[in-house]
Amino acid sequence: MATVPSFIPESWEMYDMIQAFLQAPSYHLFVEVLLILWIFKLLFFSKQYAPESVLTEKEKEELIAEWQPEPLTPDVPDDHPVLQTMEKNMIHGKPGKYVIIGDKTCINMATLNFLGMAGNPVVEAEAISTLKKYGVGSCGPRGFYGTMDVHLHLEEKLAKFMNSEEAILYSYGFATIASAIPAYSKRGDVIFCDDGVCFSIQKGLVASRSKIKWFKHNDMDDLERLLKEQSQEDKKNPKKAKVTRRFMVVEGLYLNTGDICPLPKLIELKWKYKVRLFMEESFSFGVLGDTGKGVTEHFNVSGDEIDLIAASLENAIGSSGGFCCGKKYVIDHQRLSGLGYCFSASLPPMLATAAIQSLKLIEEDPNMLVNLRENCEKVHEKLSQIEGMMVVGEPIAPIKHLRLADLDMERNLDINTLQKIADHARENGVALTLARFLESEEHKLPAPSIRVSVNSQLTDEEINKTADLISQACQAVLPKEA
Amino acid sequence: MAREGKINGVRHEYSNGKTNGTLARANGHHKNGKHALKENWRDNFIETFEQTPLFVAVLTYLGYAILVVIGHIRDFLRTIGIEKIKSCTEPKSPGFVPLYQSWESFYTRNLYRRIRDCWNRPIASVAAAEMDVLQRATDDHGWNFSLTGEKKHVMNFGSYNYLGFSQNTGPCADAVEKAVEKFGVSSCGSRQELGYTDLHRELDDLVAEYLGVEDAITVPMGFATNSMNMPALVGHGSLILSDELNHASLILGSRLSGATIRTYKHNNMKDLEKKLCDAVVHGRPRTHRPWKKILIVVEGVYSMEGSIACLPDVIRLKKKYKAYVYLDEAHSIGAMGPHGKGVVDYFGLDPREIDIMMGTFTKSFGAAGGYIGGKKSIINHLRISSHAAIYSSTMPFCVIQQVLSSMKIMMGKDGTDEGRKRIQQLKWNTRYFRRRLYDMGFILYGNVDAPLVPMLIYVPARVIAFSRLCLERGLGTVVVGFPATPIIESRARFCLSAAHTKEMLDKALSIIDEVGTILHLKYSRQPPPVFSEKDIELIQVHRFLY
Repeated sequence: MATVPSFIPESWEMYDMIQAFLQAPSYHLFVEVLLILWIFKLLFFSKQYAPESVLTEKEKEELIAEWQPEPLTPDVPDDHPVLQTMEKNMIHGKPGKYVIIGDKTCINMATLNFLGMAGNPVVEAEAISTLKKYGVGSCGPRGFYGTMDVHLHLEEKLAKFMNSEEAILYSYGFATIASAIPAYSKRGDVIFCDDGVCFSIQKGLVASRSKIKWFKHNDMDDLERLLKEQSQEDKKNPKKAKVTRRFMVVEGLYLNTGDICPLPKLIELKWKYKVRLFMEESFSFGVLGDTGKGVTEHFNVSGDEIDLIAASLENAIGSSGGFCCGKKYVIDHQRLSGLGYCFSASLPPMLATAAIQSLKLIEEDPNMLVNLRENCEKVHEKLSQIEGMMVVGEPIAPIKHLRLADLDMERNLDINTLQKIADHARENGVALTLARFLESEEHKLPAPSIRVSVNSQLTDEEINKTADLISQACQAVLPKEA
Repeated sequence: MAREGKINGVRHEYSNGKTNGTLARANGHHKNGKHALKENWRDNFIETFEQTPLFVAVLTYLGYAILVVIGHIRDFLRTIGIEKIKSCTEPKSPGFVPLYQSWESFYTRNLYRRIRDCWNRPIASVAAAEMDVLQRATDDHGWNFSLTGEKKHVMNFGSYNYLGFSQNTGPCADAVEKAVEKFGVSSCGSRQELGYTDLHRELDDLVAEYLGVEDAITVPMGFATNSMNMPALVGHGSLILSDELNHASLILGSRLSGATIRTYKHNNMKDLEKKLCDAVVHGRPRTHRPWKKILIVVEGVYSMEGSIACLPDVIRLKKKYKAYVYLDEAHSIGAMGPHGKGVVDYFGLDPREIDIMMGTFTKSFGAAGGYIGGKKSIINHLRISSHAAIYSSTMPFCVIQQVLSSMKIMMGKDGTDEGRKRIQQLKWNTRYFRRRLYDMGFILYGNVDAPLVPMLIYVPARVIAFSRLCLERGLGTVVVGFPATPIIESRARFCLSAAHTKEMLDKALSIIDEVGTILHLKYSRQPPPVFSEKDIELIQVHRFLY
């Protein structure tokens, strides 16, 4: 605001100031006068900095003409190996339990269709019936008439399925956890994160701008060490500690290793050190536990112990999008501050009902989860027998990483070998994929692997056949021991 | 007389609040549908940003001041326990740092809560020209809502259904049904991990053809198209020059990329040139090394302002300073230009002059997701190193098919002139609707050709009253206020659609007129800009073939 005009009588504060000024001891005045003089000196007599050399227009033009930017992207030719692999692996038609690649029908051991929901006719029929009512797109974000009743139904269904108070629906799996983390954790907050987490969590951490403390993958001692360090730091600066939120971020079932997080221990640490726990369950939701609720059910732990569970609907559920669930006071916050929720169009309604239908199918027939686990164990056992390869991950995990037993010094050579195995397998009727990474961007780059995913619908016969074919492919490609 | 510098639609330069529309001729468009030549694009570029009348500004601030004071009083009452807290609040858990600071949610608790019914209105029908809004009831003044089970059939002026492809019947819906039967719902895999099918390739190819670029890549979520692809383009040591009103996804993408971000004033080419010149001449701060590359990030049509990027100028500057341009056409693809190919088409420019053509399928095509188009080498690079291509699943098949079918209609590949009709209808609707609103004396922002029509309401209470009264009378529209807009520029926003008929527009206009009179919203003190919808050849049959 503008300065106070002179006709306004001085306030009492001014009077008080003058009184205080008059009553102050003389050395006080002396120091103040000195200070004022010093300010004057700084203002008017300080050494003039050499004026920044001003460039003439001509010089500027020369600089502009001189500057050569880097190309926007490196020139990637059409025959780049990754592109070639992508083209070679292009699927024709439905990516269900079987896929057609080229002219070959293969058993699908690559896409994350754990329960066979992709390709399930009941789910498809439900999607089509919604199409006939709502069309495809929702044409708006949730705030602006993009909320359809089916979105509310799906949120309700998910909350009920997970036994939590509330669920919030996102329109893309990747954006779910990547938006949820920065909605709570801001600059100055601290996140303890497992160093084996998947990329979407890593991006969420970057977007939060919080301080990240990485602990070794599934190493609870290392986590406790960091937590202890933090509590000591907090004791030194209790004022700061009072406003510093602390979070642990883990994955339920790690995409990159196929491990399950030690949830009971994490919960113990959560209460001991008063840190909130966020868990991403994209690969365990609809997979682990007797009814598919994920890691909490697997360990028989109440979901309330975890502050936020996020999961994608793109894997076991076979639809699109993702969700977060937890207590109402936690989840509701995202409706105004989850970036991917507020600023994105809502999930196409037909995908929402497809997800509802998948959940219903899981509820109706929890047997498929038993089948899945049995299949996982069988595949695990079979793959472990392959010479020259090792299988990483829990036996009951539907994601298995098949790595080379002897790693070469050069990553690319290993990737080539693995790709050859995958190609060989594909030609013989098994579709496999390498786990792909953006090597320069990953926090901790996992060793190259073939990521095998297991479908609950596989029969014993198919599992045996698949394992044999993979084994053959490995033998054909791997150098024979002399 | 201060007429200079107003043409580019920069609000900050309208000292006298005059519109530049007075400069323009009524006839900006040639009969053959071709847009005006590049050189004189300014003649047809009519954009208004009338200054807030002083009295209204005072009233608005007063409104917020009262709300804030009352909010503080009620917060005080809540802390001493006189007023009950009806929302679910964080339970006290000893030792834990509260998840939210109390001041963080002051706005939500005390202002937003009173008006929550104006947003998130659930609907129970396709988001077409008309829709069924589910009625909600609250018995605790907006803390909680429950559905009453009743529906209200209203006209839809809130969905981004520019070309009217949000349909549950017709060739698109039929094709989608077949695609779901043939391909299923979802692919469950990422592009590089066996989630790439021939349908995805077909879409990539068609999008590239539609845009007139070499190649394109598609992502299942529009927001993620920006946030997951920008990091693959620029990084540390690069500079992003971003319009100050860019969408949240562009801001997030810029931030995730690790590049330095500078913003320039909205659509202000002088400011952009100054910042570009500075960047090239002075290089990076502290080290003074030259920037690796400079990326100008603009949107085609700004959704909250209804303004159109001055693309010819951006391209001129890009060439002069050797920068790259990232154009987000989320709200313009399909909706702008004589062929519905976005702002590039609107200005009659060559799409190859833009380095990154980004857009979404959510709006005009009635689907979901987004694309990036450009040179083959760039798209190949995105295919191998974009986050979206590696780490997340590919587009669901139903969405792909919807885009394929609607895009083919727009290109005339279905053998009808349905696409052209939709474009013409939208353009006519836009001009007609805007002209009538200007004539009524409302203050509108933006370009006369932008299908988004922001109408300024300013005073917070009036914003809410407007939304509620319109809905009562059968007009569903969107209102936006602080923090989505500057504090004194709360507004209503109408999204026009080719599916709106003239009768519907007239009905909507009479509702707006009535409510506007009741609430005293006709603030404008300026003569309306001169333009007309008459030169757009309108296909008289308002109902589409499909």
